[in-house]
Amino acid sequence: MRFPALLLAVIAAVSLAGPLVAHFLGADPATVDLLHRFAGPSLAHPLGTDELGRDILLRLMEGGRVSLTIGIAAALAAAAAGTAVGLTAGYVGGWTDRVLMRLADGMIALPLLPLLIVLAALDLHKIGVSRAFADSPGISLVRIVVLTVLVVWTTAARLVRGATLVTKRRDFVRAAQSLGAGVPHILWRHVLPNVMAPLVVATTLSVGDIILLESVLSFLGLGVQPPLASWGSMLSNAEELISSSPLLAVYPGVMIFLTVIACNLLGDALLRRFDPREPGRV
Amino acid sequence: MIRFTTVRLVEIAAMLVLMSFVIYALIGLMPGDPIDLMLGADPHLTAADVARLKLLYGVDRPLLERYLAWAQAALQGDLGYSRLFLTPVAATLLPRLGNSLILMGSSFVLAFAASLGLGIAAARRPLSRFDGAINLACFAGVSLPTFWLALILILVFAEGLGWLPASGIGGGGTGDLGDRLRHLVLPVATLAIVNTGGYTRYVRAAMRDALGQDHIRTARAKGAGEGRIIWHHALRSAMVPVATILALSFGTLVSGALVTEEMFAYPGMGKLIFDAVMGNDFNLALAALLLATAVTMFANLAADLAYAWLDPRVKYS
Repeated sequence: MRFPALLLAVIAAVSLAGPLVAHFLGADPATVDLLHRFAGPSLAHPLGTDELGRDILLRLMEGGRVSLTIGIAAALAAAAAGTAVGLTAGYVGGWTDRVLMRLADGMIALPLLPLLIVLAALDLHKIGVSRAFADSPGISLVRIVVLTVLVVWTTAARLVRGATLVTKRRDFVRAAQSLGAGVPHILWRHVLPNVMAPLVVATTLSVGDIILLESVLSFLGLGVQPPLASWGSMLSNAEELISSSPLLAVYPGVMIFLTVIACNLLGDALLRRFDPREPGRV
Repeated sequence: MIRFTTVRLVEIAAMLVLMSFVIYALIGLMPGDPIDLMLGADPHLTAADVARLKLLYGVDRPLLERYLAWAQAALQGDLGYSRLFLTPVAATLLPRLGNSLILMGSSFVLAFAASLGLGIAAARRPLSRFDGAINLACFAGVSLPTFWLALILILVFAEGLGWLPASGIGGGGTGDLGDRLRHLVLPVATLAIVNTGGYTRYVRAAMRDALGQDHIRTARAKGAGEGRIIWHHALRSAMVPVATILALSFGTLVSGALVTEEMFAYPGMGKLIFDAVMGNDFNLALAALLLATAVTMFANLAADLAYAWLDPRVKYS
Protein backbone atom coordinates (compact mmCIF):
# COMPACT_ATOMS: atom_id res chain seq x y z
CA MET A 1 0.00 0.00 0.00
CA ARG A 2 2.79 2.41 0.91
CA PHE A 3 4.84 1.96 -2.22
CA PRO A 4 2.15 2.66 -4.85
CA ALA A 5 0.78 5.59 -2.82
CA LEU A 6 4.27 7.03 -2.52
CA LEU A 7 4.94 6.53 -6.23
CA LEU A 8 1.70 8.31 -7.15
CA ALA A 9 2.46 11.12 -4.72
CA VAL A 10 5.91 11.61 -6.24
CA ILE A 11 4.50 11.65 -9.80
CA ALA A 12 1.81 14.13 -8.78
CA ALA A 13 4.26 16.35 -6.89
CA VAL A 14 6.77 16.41 -9.74
CA SER A 15 4.01 17.19 -12.25
CA LEU A 16 2.64 19.98 -10.09
CA ALA A 17 6.13 21.44 -9.70
CA GLY A 18 6.22 21.94 -13.47
CA PRO A 19 5.42 25.68 -13.51
CA LEU A 20 8.05 26.28 -10.80
CA VAL A 21 10.72 24.43 -12.76
CA ALA A 22 9.60 26.24 -15.91
CA HIS A 23 10.11 29.56 -14.16
CA PHE A 24 13.54 28.42 -12.95
CA LEU A 25 14.58 27.23 -16.42
CA GLY A 26 13.13 30.35 -18.03
CA ALA A 27 11.06 28.41 -20.60
CA ASP A 28 7.61 26.92 -20.87
CA PRO A 29 6.55 23.52 -22.24
CA ALA A 30 5.26 24.99 -25.51
CA THR A 31 8.29 27.18 -26.31
CA VAL A 32 9.61 26.20 -29.73
CA ASP A 33 13.36 26.64 -30.25
CA LEU A 34 14.24 25.45 -33.74
CA LEU A 35 17.92 26.22 -33.25
CA HIS A 36 18.21 23.65 -30.46
CA ARG A 37 16.30 20.65 -31.73
CA PHE A 38 17.13 17.15 -30.40
CA ALA A 39 19.55 18.66 -27.85
CA GLY A 40 21.04 16.28 -25.31
CA PRO A 41 20.68 16.78 -21.56
CA SER A 42 22.10 20.07 -20.29
CA LEU A 43 21.55 22.47 -17.41
CA ALA A 44 19.01 24.44 -19.43
CA HIS A 45 17.23 21.27 -20.60
CA PRO A 46 17.77 18.47 -18.04
CA LEU A 47 16.28 15.81 -20.33
CA GLY A 48 17.11 17.52 -23.63
CA THR A 49 14.74 18.87 -26.25
CA ASP A 50 12.36 17.33 -28.79
CA GLU A 51 11.93 17.72 -32.55
CA LEU A 52 10.78 21.34 -32.16
CA GLY A 53 13.35 22.27 -29.52
CA ARG A 54 10.78 22.09 -26.71
CA ASP A 55 12.00 21.09 -23.26
CA ILE A 56 11.23 17.38 -22.70
CA LEU A 57 11.21 17.55 -18.89
CA LEU A 58 8.71 20.42 -18.87
CA ARG A 59 6.49 18.64 -21.39
CA LEU A 60 6.56 15.43 -19.32
CA MET A 61 5.52 17.45 -16.26
CA GLU A 62 2.69 19.13 -18.14
CA GLY A 63 1.62 15.76 -19.53
CA GLY A 64 1.50 14.47 -15.95
CA ARG A 65 -0.76 17.31 -14.85
CA VAL A 66 -3.04 16.75 -17.85
CA SER A 67 -3.22 12.95 -17.44
CA LEU A 68 -3.74 13.00 -13.68
CA THR A 69 -6.37 15.74 -13.92
CA ILE A 70 -8.29 13.87 -16.59
CA GLY A 71 -7.87 10.55 -14.76
CA ILE A 72 -9.10 11.84 -11.42
CA ALA A 73 -11.86 14.09 -12.80
CA ALA A 74 -13.25 11.38 -15.08
CA ALA A 75 -12.98 8.69 -12.38
CA LEU A 76 -14.94 10.85 -9.92
CA ALA A 77 -17.52 11.81 -12.54
CA ALA A 78 -17.93 8.17 -13.57
CA ALA A 79 -18.30 7.11 -9.93
CA ALA A 80 -20.97 9.78 -9.42
CA ALA A 81 -22.84 8.86 -12.61
CA GLY A 82 -22.57 5.13 -11.85
CA THR A 83 -23.75 5.68 -8.28
CA ALA A 84 -26.79 7.63 -9.48
CA VAL A 85 -27.68 4.88 -11.97
CA GLY A 86 -26.99 2.10 -9.46
CA LEU A 87 -29.08 3.68 -6.70
CA THR A 88 -31.98 4.27 -9.10
CA ALA A 89 -31.84 0.76 -10.54
CA GLY A 90 -31.46 -0.93 -7.17
CA TYR A 91 -34.04 1.10 -5.26
CA VAL A 92 -36.75 1.49 -7.91
CA GLY A 93 -36.32 -2.02 -9.32
CA GLY A 94 -38.66 -3.47 -11.93
CA TRP A 95 -38.41 -2.27 -15.49
CA THR A 96 -36.14 0.66 -14.65
CA ASP A 97 -33.65 -1.77 -13.13
CA ARG A 98 -33.84 -4.14 -16.07
CA VAL A 99 -33.33 -1.44 -18.70
CA LEU A 100 -30.47 0.29 -16.88
CA MET A 101 -28.58 -2.92 -16.14
CA ARG A 102 -29.11 -4.26 -19.64
CA LEU A 103 -27.53 -1.04 -20.87
CA ALA A 104 -24.58 -1.50 -18.50
CA ASP A 105 -24.09 -5.12 -19.60
CA GLY A 106 -24.47 -4.21 -23.26
CA MET A 107 -21.67 -1.65 -22.92
CA ILE A 108 -19.12 -4.33 -22.00
CA ALA A 109 -19.99 -6.40 -25.04
CA LEU A 110 -19.19 -3.59 -27.47
CA PRO A 111 -15.87 -2.93 -29.21
CA LEU A 112 -15.37 0.29 -27.28
CA LEU A 113 -12.26 1.82 -28.78
CA PRO A 114 -13.59 1.87 -32.38
CA LEU A 115 -16.81 3.50 -31.15
CA LEU A 116 -14.90 6.00 -29.02
CA ILE A 117 -12.87 6.96 -32.06
CA VAL A 118 -16.08 7.93 -33.86
CA LEU A 119 -17.29 9.85 -30.82
CA ALA A 120 -13.93 11.59 -30.47
CA ALA A 121 -14.04 12.62 -34.12
CA LEU A 122 -17.55 14.12 -33.93
CA ASP A 123 -17.99 17.71 -35.01
CA LEU A 124 -19.48 19.25 -31.87
CA HIS A 125 -20.74 22.18 -33.94
CA LYS A 126 -23.21 19.81 -35.59
CA ILE A 127 -24.86 19.00 -32.27
CA GLY A 128 -25.40 22.62 -31.39
CA VAL A 129 -22.20 23.58 -29.60
CA SER A 130 -21.11 27.07 -30.64
CA ARG A 131 -18.29 27.19 -33.17
CA ALA A 132 -16.04 29.21 -30.83
CA PHE A 133 -16.43 26.73 -27.98
CA ALA A 134 -16.20 23.67 -30.25
CA ASP A 135 -12.81 24.88 -31.51
CA SER A 136 -11.39 26.12 -28.19
CA PRO A 137 -8.32 24.27 -26.86
CA GLY A 138 -9.96 23.37 -23.52
CA ILE A 139 -12.73 21.45 -25.25
CA SER A 140 -10.45 18.47 -25.87
CA LEU A 141 -10.15 17.95 -22.11
CA VAL A 142 -13.92 18.12 -21.58
CA ARG A 143 -14.45 15.77 -24.50
CA ILE A 144 -12.07 13.12 -23.12
CA VAL A 145 -13.64 13.28 -19.68
CA VAL A 146 -17.12 12.82 -21.18
CA LEU A 147 -15.97 9.96 -23.42
CA THR A 148 -14.22 8.06 -20.64
CA VAL A 149 -17.18 8.54 -18.29
CA LEU A 150 -19.37 6.93 -20.97
CA VAL A 151 -17.18 3.84 -20.79
CA VAL A 152 -16.31 3.66 -17.09
CA TRP A 153 -19.63 4.33 -15.29
CA THR A 154 -20.82 0.70 -15.58
CA THR A 155 -18.55 -0.72 -12.84
CA ALA A 156 -19.78 1.72 -10.20
CA ALA A 157 -23.38 1.26 -11.35
CA ARG A 158 -23.18 -2.51 -10.92
CA LEU A 159 -21.52 -2.28 -7.49
CA VAL A 160 -23.95 0.30 -6.13
CA ARG A 161 -26.99 -1.51 -7.51
CA GLY A 162 -25.91 -4.76 -5.84
CA ALA A 163 -25.35 -3.06 -2.50
CA THR A 164 -28.66 -1.19 -2.76
CA LEU A 165 -30.59 -4.39 -3.42
CA VAL A 166 -29.04 -6.02 -0.35
CA THR A 167 -29.28 -3.02 1.95
CA LYS A 168 -32.83 -1.94 1.19
CA ARG A 169 -34.16 -5.16 2.72
CA ARG A 170 -32.13 -4.86 5.93
CA ASP A 171 -33.97 -4.21 9.17
CA PHE A 172 -32.40 -0.84 9.93
CA VAL A 173 -33.56 0.47 6.55
CA ARG A 174 -37.08 -0.78 7.20
CA ALA A 175 -36.97 0.82 10.63
CA ALA A 176 -35.91 4.12 9.05
CA GLN A 177 -38.73 3.79 6.51
CA SER A 178 -41.33 3.13 9.19
CA LEU A 179 -40.09 6.16 11.10
CA GLY A 180 -40.92 8.19 8.00
CA ALA A 181 -37.47 8.71 6.47
CA GLY A 182 -37.63 9.87 2.84
CA VAL A 183 -35.98 8.03 -0.03
CA PRO A 184 -33.06 10.50 -0.44
CA HIS A 185 -32.30 10.23 3.29
CA ILE A 186 -32.30 6.44 3.18
CA LEU A 187 -30.10 6.28 0.12
CA TRP A 188 -27.65 8.85 1.43
CA ARG A 189 -27.43 7.83 5.09
CA HIS A 190 -28.00 4.08 4.95
CA VAL A 191 -27.28 2.67 1.52
CA LEU A 192 -24.30 4.70 0.30
CA PRO A 193 -22.08 4.22 3.37
CA ASN A 194 -22.43 0.47 2.87
CA VAL A 195 -21.04 0.58 -0.64
CA MET A 196 -18.32 3.18 -0.03
CA ALA A 197 -15.43 0.72 0.37
CA PRO A 198 -15.84 -1.18 -2.92
CA LEU A 199 -16.69 2.08 -4.66
CA VAL A 200 -13.41 3.65 -3.52
CA VAL A 201 -11.51 0.59 -4.77
CA ALA A 202 -13.26 0.62 -8.15
CA THR A 203 -12.69 4.36 -8.56
CA THR A 204 -8.99 4.05 -7.76
CA LEU A 205 -8.63 1.23 -10.28
CA SER A 206 -10.53 3.24 -12.89
CA VAL A 207 -8.05 6.15 -12.68
CA GLY A 208 -5.43 3.87 -14.24
CA ASP A 209 -7.82 2.64 -16.95
CA ILE A 210 -8.82 6.20 -17.81
CA ILE A 211 -5.21 7.36 -18.08
CA LEU A 212 -4.53 4.44 -20.44
CA LEU A 213 -7.58 5.32 -22.54
CA GLU A 214 -6.63 9.01 -22.62
CA SER A 215 -3.12 8.15 -23.73
CA VAL A 216 -4.39 5.94 -26.56
CA LEU A 217 -6.80 8.62 -27.80
CA SER A 218 -4.14 11.32 -27.54
CA PHE A 219 -1.69 9.04 -29.32
CA LEU A 220 -4.18 8.62 -32.16
CA GLY A 221 -4.53 12.41 -32.34
CA LEU A 222 -8.07 12.40 -30.94
CA GLY A 223 -7.36 13.28 -27.33
CA VAL A 224 -5.52 16.19 -25.78
CA GLN A 225 -4.79 18.75 -28.50
CA PRO A 226 -1.67 20.90 -28.89
CA PRO A 227 -0.33 23.23 -27.58
CA LEU A 228 -1.18 21.26 -24.43
CA ALA A 229 1.28 18.38 -23.93
CA SER A 230 0.15 14.89 -23.03
CA TRP A 231 2.13 11.67 -22.67
CA GLY A 232 0.09 10.05 -25.42
CA SER A 233 0.57 12.85 -27.94
CA MET A 234 4.29 13.08 -27.10
CA LEU A 235 4.53 9.42 -28.09
CA SER A 236 2.74 9.97 -31.37
CA ASN A 237 5.32 12.61 -32.31
CA ALA A 238 8.11 10.28 -31.20
CA GLU A 239 6.80 7.41 -33.33
CA GLU A 240 8.04 9.02 -36.54
CA LEU A 241 11.46 9.75 -35.03
CA ILE A 242 11.97 6.38 -33.45
CA SER A 243 15.15 5.50 -35.33
CA SER A 244 16.90 8.86 -34.86
CA SER A 245 15.88 9.68 -31.28
CA PRO A 246 14.53 6.61 -29.48
CA LEU A 247 14.63 8.24 -26.05
CA LEU A 248 11.74 10.52 -27.05
CA ALA A 249 9.61 7.37 -27.25
CA VAL A 250 10.87 5.95 -23.95
CA TYR A 251 10.22 8.72 -21.38
CA PRO A 252 6.46 9.33 -21.89
CA GLY A 253 5.74 5.59 -22.05
CA VAL A 254 7.59 4.96 -18.79
CA MET A 255 5.55 7.76 -17.17
CA ILE A 256 2.23 6.29 -18.36
CA PHE A 257 3.30 2.83 -17.23
CA LEU A 258 4.43 3.96 -13.75
CA THR A 259 1.30 6.05 -13.17
CA VAL A 260 -1.09 3.33 -14.28
CA ILE A 261 0.63 0.54 -12.37
CA ALA A 262 0.70 2.73 -9.26
CA CYS A 263 -3.08 3.26 -9.53
CA ASN A 264 -3.67 -0.45 -10.06
CA LEU A 265 -1.44 -1.53 -7.15
CA LEU A 266 -3.04 1.07 -4.89
CA GLY A 267 -6.53 -0.13 -5.84
CA ASP A 268 -5.48 -3.72 -5.15
CA ALA A 269 -3.97 -2.77 -1.77
CA LEU A 270 -7.16 -0.90 -0.82
CA LEU A 271 -9.21 -3.92 -1.84
CA ARG A 272 -7.26 -6.16 0.51
CA ARG A 273 -7.43 -3.65 3.33
CA PHE A 274 -11.23 -3.34 3.05
CA ASP A 275 -11.74 -7.07 2.61
CA PRO A 276 -9.37 -8.86 5.00
CA ARG A 277 -11.09 -12.20 4.48
CA GLU A 278 -9.38 -12.64 1.13
CA PRO A 279 -5.74 -11.69 1.46
CA GLY A 280 -4.77 -12.92 -1.99
CA ARG A 281 -7.80 -11.85 -3.98
CA VAL A 282 -7.15 -10.34 -7.35
CA MET B 1 -30.39 -25.09 -25.70
CA ILE B 2 -31.81 -24.45 -29.17
CA ARG B 3 -34.40 -22.13 -27.67
CA PHE B 4 -31.71 -20.23 -25.77
CA THR B 5 -29.58 -19.87 -28.89
CA THR B 6 -32.56 -18.62 -30.88
CA VAL B 7 -33.47 -16.04 -28.25
CA ARG B 8 -29.90 -14.83 -28.11
CA LEU B 9 -29.70 -14.62 -31.90
CA VAL B 10 -32.87 -12.51 -31.98
CA GLU B 11 -31.38 -10.33 -29.23
CA ILE B 12 -28.17 -9.90 -31.20
CA ALA B 13 -30.13 -8.98 -34.32
CA ALA B 14 -32.11 -6.37 -32.36
CA MET B 15 -28.90 -4.95 -30.85
CA LEU B 16 -27.33 -4.76 -34.31
CA VAL B 17 -30.32 -2.89 -35.75
CA LEU B 18 -30.18 -0.46 -32.82
CA MET B 19 -26.39 -0.04 -33.14
CA SER B 20 -26.66 0.47 -36.89
CA PHE B 21 -29.02 3.40 -36.32
CA VAL B 22 -26.83 4.88 -33.56
CA ILE B 23 -23.69 4.54 -35.66
CA TYR B 24 -25.48 5.92 -38.72
CA ALA B 25 -26.55 8.97 -36.74
CA LEU B 26 -23.06 9.43 -35.26
CA ILE B 27 -21.35 9.16 -38.64
CA GLY B 28 -23.59 11.97 -39.86
CA LEU B 29 -22.21 14.13 -37.06
CA MET B 30 -18.60 13.72 -38.14
CA PRO B 31 -16.87 16.74 -39.62
CA GLY B 32 -17.38 17.31 -43.35
CA ASP B 33 -20.24 16.62 -45.67
CA PRO B 34 -20.19 14.06 -48.49
CA ILE B 35 -21.16 16.61 -51.16
CA ASP B 36 -18.55 19.13 -49.96
CA LEU B 37 -15.98 16.34 -50.18
CA MET B 38 -16.96 15.62 -53.80
CA LEU B 39 -16.79 19.32 -54.50
CA GLY B 40 -13.30 19.43 -52.96
CA ALA B 41 -12.20 16.50 -55.09
CA ASP B 42 -13.53 18.03 -58.31
CA PRO B 43 -13.55 21.85 -58.41
CA HIS B 44 -15.27 21.86 -61.82
CA LEU B 45 -18.63 20.95 -60.30
CA THR B 46 -21.17 23.73 -60.73
CA ALA B 47 -23.86 24.80 -58.29
CA ALA B 48 -26.40 22.96 -60.45
CA ASP B 49 -24.30 19.78 -60.20
CA VAL B 50 -24.18 20.14 -56.43
CA ALA B 51 -27.96 20.48 -56.26
CA ARG B 52 -28.35 17.44 -58.50
CA LEU B 53 -25.91 15.38 -56.38
CA LYS B 54 -27.74 16.40 -53.22
CA LEU B 55 -30.98 15.17 -54.73
CA LEU B 56 -29.32 11.97 -56.00
CA TYR B 57 -27.80 11.03 -52.63
CA GLY B 58 -30.72 12.46 -50.67
CA VAL B 59 -28.51 14.26 -48.14
CA ASP B 60 -31.20 16.85 -47.43
CA ARG B 61 -33.83 14.31 -46.42
CA PRO B 62 -34.58 13.62 -42.71
CA LEU B 63 -32.24 11.31 -40.78
CA LEU B 64 -34.72 8.46 -40.36
CA GLU B 65 -35.59 8.45 -44.05
CA ARG B 66 -31.90 8.35 -45.05
CA TYR B 67 -31.24 5.59 -42.53
CA LEU B 68 -34.09 3.45 -43.84
CA ALA B 69 -32.84 3.88 -47.40
CA TRP B 70 -29.35 2.83 -46.32
CA ALA B 71 -30.68 -0.14 -44.33
CA GLN B 72 -32.77 -1.32 -47.28
CA ALA B 73 -29.77 -1.22 -49.61
CA ALA B 74 -27.53 -2.83 -46.97
CA LEU B 75 -29.93 -5.73 -46.49
CA GLN B 76 -29.71 -6.35 -50.23
CA GLY B 77 -25.93 -6.52 -49.90
CA ASP B 78 -25.24 -3.03 -51.22
CA LEU B 79 -23.11 -1.20 -48.67
CA GLY B 80 -22.10 1.55 -51.05
CA TYR B 81 -18.69 2.57 -52.31
CA SER B 82 -15.63 3.41 -50.27
CA ARG B 83 -14.39 6.95 -50.85
CA LEU B 84 -10.82 6.12 -49.82
CA PHE B 85 -10.33 2.87 -51.70
CA LEU B 86 -12.74 3.47 -54.61
CA THR B 87 -14.06 -0.08 -54.25
CA PRO B 88 -17.37 -1.54 -53.09
CA VAL B 89 -17.35 -1.56 -49.28
CA ALA B 90 -18.02 -5.28 -48.93
CA ALA B 91 -15.05 -6.14 -51.17
CA THR B 92 -12.73 -4.01 -49.01
CA LEU B 93 -14.11 -5.30 -45.75
CA LEU B 94 -13.86 -9.07 -46.02
CA PRO B 95 -10.10 -9.55 -46.59
CA ARG B 96 -9.46 -7.10 -43.74
CA LEU B 97 -11.73 -9.08 -41.44
CA GLY B 98 -9.74 -12.21 -42.29
CA ASN B 99 -6.45 -10.49 -41.44
CA SER B 100 -7.83 -9.25 -38.13
CA LEU B 101 -9.17 -12.66 -37.18
CA ILE B 102 -5.72 -14.17 -37.84
CA LEU B 103 -4.11 -11.52 -35.62
CA MET B 104 -6.68 -11.73 -32.83
CA GLY B 105 -7.02 -15.51 -32.99
CA SER B 106 -3.31 -16.26 -32.74
CA SER B 107 -2.74 -13.64 -30.02
CA PHE B 108 -5.68 -15.00 -28.05
CA VAL B 109 -4.44 -18.59 -28.27
CA LEU B 110 -0.92 -17.56 -27.24
CA ALA B 111 -2.10 -15.34 -24.38
CA PHE B 112 -4.53 -17.98 -23.16
CA ALA B 113 -1.92 -20.75 -23.23
CA ALA B 114 0.59 -18.57 -21.38
CA SER B 115 -2.01 -17.52 -18.81
CA LEU B 116 -2.98 -21.15 -18.17
CA GLY B 117 0.63 -22.06 -17.46
CA LEU B 118 1.39 -19.01 -15.34
CA GLY B 119 -1.97 -18.88 -13.56
CA ILE B 120 -1.94 -22.57 -12.60
CA ALA B 121 1.68 -22.42 -11.47
CA ALA B 122 0.91 -19.39 -9.29
CA ALA B 123 -2.30 -20.90 -7.89
CA ARG B 124 -0.45 -24.04 -6.78
CA ARG B 125 1.84 -22.04 -4.51
CA PRO B 126 -0.44 -19.31 -3.16
CA LEU B 127 1.26 -16.36 -1.42
CA SER B 128 4.72 -17.74 -2.22
CA ARG B 129 7.43 -15.54 -3.66
CA PHE B 130 6.75 -17.02 -7.10
CA ASP B 131 3.04 -16.16 -6.77
CA GLY B 132 3.97 -12.61 -5.80
CA ALA B 133 6.26 -12.25 -8.80
CA ILE B 134 3.55 -13.49 -11.18
CA ASN B 135 1.06 -11.13 -9.58
CA LEU B 136 3.37 -8.15 -10.04
CA ALA B 137 4.06 -9.17 -13.65
CA CYS B 138 0.30 -9.32 -14.25
CA PHE B 139 -0.11 -5.81 -12.88
CA ALA B 140 2.68 -4.69 -15.19
CA GLY B 141 0.90 -6.36 -18.11
CA VAL B 142 -2.44 -4.65 -17.54
CA SER B 143 -0.70 -1.30 -16.98
CA LEU B 144 1.25 -1.39 -20.23
CA PRO B 145 -0.08 0.89 -22.99
CA THR B 146 -0.46 -1.29 -26.10
CA PHE B 147 0.91 1.33 -28.48
CA TRP B 148 3.96 1.92 -26.31
CA LEU B 149 4.77 -1.79 -26.10
CA ALA B 150 4.48 -1.89 -29.89
CA LEU B 151 6.85 1.09 -30.19
CA ILE B 152 9.41 -0.54 -27.88
CA LEU B 153 9.21 -3.88 -29.75
CA ILE B 154 9.71 -2.03 -33.04
CA LEU B 155 12.61 -0.12 -31.51
CA VAL B 156 14.34 -3.26 -30.25
CA PHE B 157 13.54 -5.98 -32.77
CA ALA B 158 13.08 -4.00 -35.99
CA GLU B 159 15.21 -0.87 -35.61
CA GLY B 160 17.87 -2.17 -33.22
CA LEU B 161 18.45 -5.82 -33.98
CA GLY B 162 16.86 -5.79 -37.42
CA TRP B 163 15.46 -9.28 -36.90
CA LEU B 164 11.86 -8.67 -37.86
CA PRO B 165 9.88 -6.38 -40.15
CA ALA B 166 8.02 -3.56 -38.39
CA SER B 167 5.13 -2.94 -40.73
CA GLY B 168 2.76 -4.42 -43.26
CA ILE B 169 1.69 -7.95 -43.87
CA GLY B 170 4.41 -9.22 -46.23
CA GLY B 171 4.06 -11.96 -48.77
CA GLY B 172 4.46 -9.43 -51.58
CA GLY B 173 1.50 -10.91 -53.45
CA THR B 174 3.49 -14.13 -54.01
CA GLY B 175 1.92 -15.92 -51.07
CA ASP B 176 5.34 -16.42 -49.44
CA LEU B 177 4.24 -18.01 -46.17
CA GLY B 178 7.55 -17.51 -44.32
CA ASP B 179 7.51 -13.80 -45.06
CA ARG B 180 3.90 -13.47 -43.92
CA LEU B 181 4.69 -15.26 -40.68
CA ARG B 182 7.69 -13.01 -40.05
CA HIS B 183 5.40 -10.00 -40.42
CA LEU B 184 2.96 -11.50 -37.93
CA VAL B 185 5.47 -12.03 -35.11
CA LEU B 186 5.63 -8.51 -33.65
CA PRO B 187 1.90 -7.64 -33.91
CA VAL B 188 0.86 -10.99 -32.44
CA ALA B 189 3.46 -10.69 -29.67
CA THR B 190 2.23 -7.19 -28.79
CA LEU B 191 -1.41 -8.16 -28.56
CA ALA B 192 -0.62 -11.41 -26.73
CA ILE B 193 1.61 -9.72 -24.13
CA VAL B 194 -0.89 -6.99 -23.24
CA ASN B 195 -3.65 -9.57 -22.78
CA THR B 196 -1.68 -12.23 -20.89
CA GLY B 197 -1.55 -10.18 -17.66
CA GLY B 198 -5.31 -9.86 -17.34
CA TYR B 199 -6.03 -13.44 -18.39
CA THR B 200 -3.47 -14.81 -15.91
CA ARG B 201 -5.13 -12.97 -13.04
CA TYR B 202 -8.48 -14.58 -13.91
CA VAL B 203 -6.99 -18.06 -14.28
CA ARG B 204 -5.04 -17.75 -11.03
CA ALA B 205 -8.07 -16.57 -9.05
CA ALA B 206 -10.35 -19.23 -10.56
CA MET B 207 -7.79 -22.02 -10.00
CA ARG B 208 -7.31 -21.02 -6.38
CA ASP B 209 -11.04 -21.20 -5.79
CA ALA B 210 -11.23 -24.51 -7.62
CA LEU B 211 -8.33 -26.08 -5.71
CA GLY B 212 -10.04 -25.25 -2.41
CA GLN B 213 -13.21 -27.17 -3.27
CA ASP B 214 -14.34 -30.39 -1.65
CA HIS B 215 -14.18 -32.55 -4.75
CA ILE B 216 -10.46 -31.78 -5.05
CA ARG B 217 -9.92 -33.00 -1.49
CA THR B 218 -11.88 -36.11 -2.34
CA ALA B 219 -9.76 -36.69 -5.44
CA ARG B 220 -6.60 -36.25 -3.36
CA ALA B 221 -7.92 -38.67 -0.74
CA LYS B 222 -8.58 -41.22 -3.44
CA GLY B 223 -4.93 -40.93 -4.41
CA ALA B 224 -5.27 -39.17 -7.74
CA GLY B 225 -1.98 -37.82 -9.08
CA GLU B 226 -1.26 -34.11 -8.90
CA GLY B 227 -1.34 -33.76 -12.70
CA ARG B 228 -4.75 -35.40 -12.89
CA ILE B 229 -6.07 -33.23 -10.06
CA ILE B 230 -4.90 -30.01 -11.73
CA TRP B 231 -5.75 -30.73 -15.33
CA HIS B 232 -8.78 -32.94 -14.97
CA HIS B 233 -10.58 -31.92 -11.78
CA ALA B 234 -9.64 -28.37 -10.92
CA LEU B 235 -9.22 -26.92 -14.41
CA ARG B 236 -12.68 -28.07 -15.47
CA SER B 237 -14.41 -26.07 -12.76
CA ALA B 238 -11.97 -23.17 -13.03
CA MET B 239 -12.74 -22.84 -16.73
CA VAL B 240 -16.35 -21.84 -16.07
CA PRO B 241 -15.70 -18.37 -14.63
CA VAL B 242 -12.68 -17.96 -16.92
CA ALA B 243 -14.79 -18.59 -20.04
CA THR B 244 -17.26 -15.89 -19.01
CA ILE B 245 -14.60 -13.30 -18.32
CA LEU B 246 -12.62 -14.07 -21.46
CA ALA B 247 -15.76 -13.67 -23.57
CA LEU B 248 -16.48 -10.32 -22.00
CA SER B 249 -12.90 -9.26 -22.73
CA PHE B 250 -13.37 -9.88 -26.45
CA GLY B 251 -14.31 -6.24 -26.92
CA THR B 252 -10.96 -5.36 -25.33
CA LEU B 253 -9.23 -7.68 -27.76
CA VAL B 254 -10.87 -5.83 -30.68
CA SER B 255 -9.78 -2.49 -29.20
CA GLY B 256 -6.24 -3.76 -28.67
CA ALA B 257 -6.18 -5.09 -32.22
CA LEU B 258 -7.11 -1.63 -33.52
CA VAL B 259 -4.10 -0.04 -31.84
CA THR B 260 -1.79 -2.92 -32.79
CA GLU B 261 -2.85 -2.83 -36.44
CA GLU B 262 -2.37 0.92 -36.53
CA MET B 263 1.13 0.62 -35.04
CA PHE B 264 2.30 -2.11 -37.42
CA ALA B 265 0.43 -0.83 -40.50
CA TYR B 266 -1.28 -4.23 -40.48
CA PRO B 267 -4.23 -4.19 -42.90
CA GLY B 268 -7.00 -5.36 -40.58
CA MET B 269 -10.43 -4.17 -39.50
CA GLY B 270 -9.16 -1.93 -36.71
CA LYS B 271 -6.84 0.04 -38.93
CA LEU B 272 -9.59 0.17 -41.55
CA ILE B 273 -12.06 1.66 -39.06
CA PHE B 274 -9.53 4.23 -37.91
CA ASP B 275 -8.54 5.20 -41.46
CA ALA B 276 -12.18 5.37 -42.58
CA VAL B 277 -13.19 7.61 -39.68
CA MET B 278 -10.16 9.86 -40.16
CA GLY B 279 -10.61 9.96 -43.94
CA ASN B 280 -14.33 10.83 -43.86
CA ASP B 281 -15.14 7.56 -45.61
CA PHE B 282 -18.69 7.37 -44.25
CA ASN B 283 -19.91 4.20 -46.00
CA LEU B 284 -16.82 2.24 -45.07
CA ALA B 285 -16.69 3.45 -41.45
CA LEU B 286 -20.34 2.56 -40.94
CA ALA B 287 -20.07 -0.95 -42.36
CA ALA B 288 -16.76 -1.69 -40.64
CA LEU B 289 -17.98 -0.53 -37.23
CA LEU B 290 -21.11 -2.63 -37.56
CA LEU B 291 -19.11 -5.67 -38.59
CA ALA B 292 -16.79 -5.24 -35.60
CA THR B 293 -19.82 -4.97 -33.30
CA ALA B 294 -21.39 -8.07 -34.84
CA VAL B 295 -18.17 -10.09 -34.48
CA THR B 296 -17.91 -9.10 -30.82
CA MET B 297 -21.50 -10.07 -30.11
CA PHE B 298 -21.17 -13.46 -31.80
CA ALA B 299 -18.02 -14.15 -29.78
CA ASN B 300 -20.02 -13.46 -26.63
CA LEU B 301 -22.70 -15.87 -27.75
CA ALA B 302 -20.08 -18.53 -28.48
CA ALA B 303 -18.73 -18.06 -24.95
CA ASP B 304 -22.19 -18.46 -23.44
CA LEU B 305 -22.56 -21.74 -25.28
CA ALA B 306 -19.08 -22.84 -24.19
CA TYR B 307 -20.11 -22.00 -20.63
CA ALA B 308 -23.02 -24.42 -20.80
CA TRP B 309 -20.80 -27.06 -22.31
CA LEU B 310 -18.15 -26.67 -19.57
CA ASP B 311 -20.58 -26.63 -16.67
CA PRO B 312 -23.16 -29.42 -16.82
CA ARG B 313 -25.19 -27.70 -14.09
CA VAL B 314 -25.99 -24.82 -16.46
CA LYS B 315 -29.15 -25.44 -18.43
CA TYR B 316 -30.41 -22.73 -20.71
CA SER B 317 -34.13 -22.93 -21.21
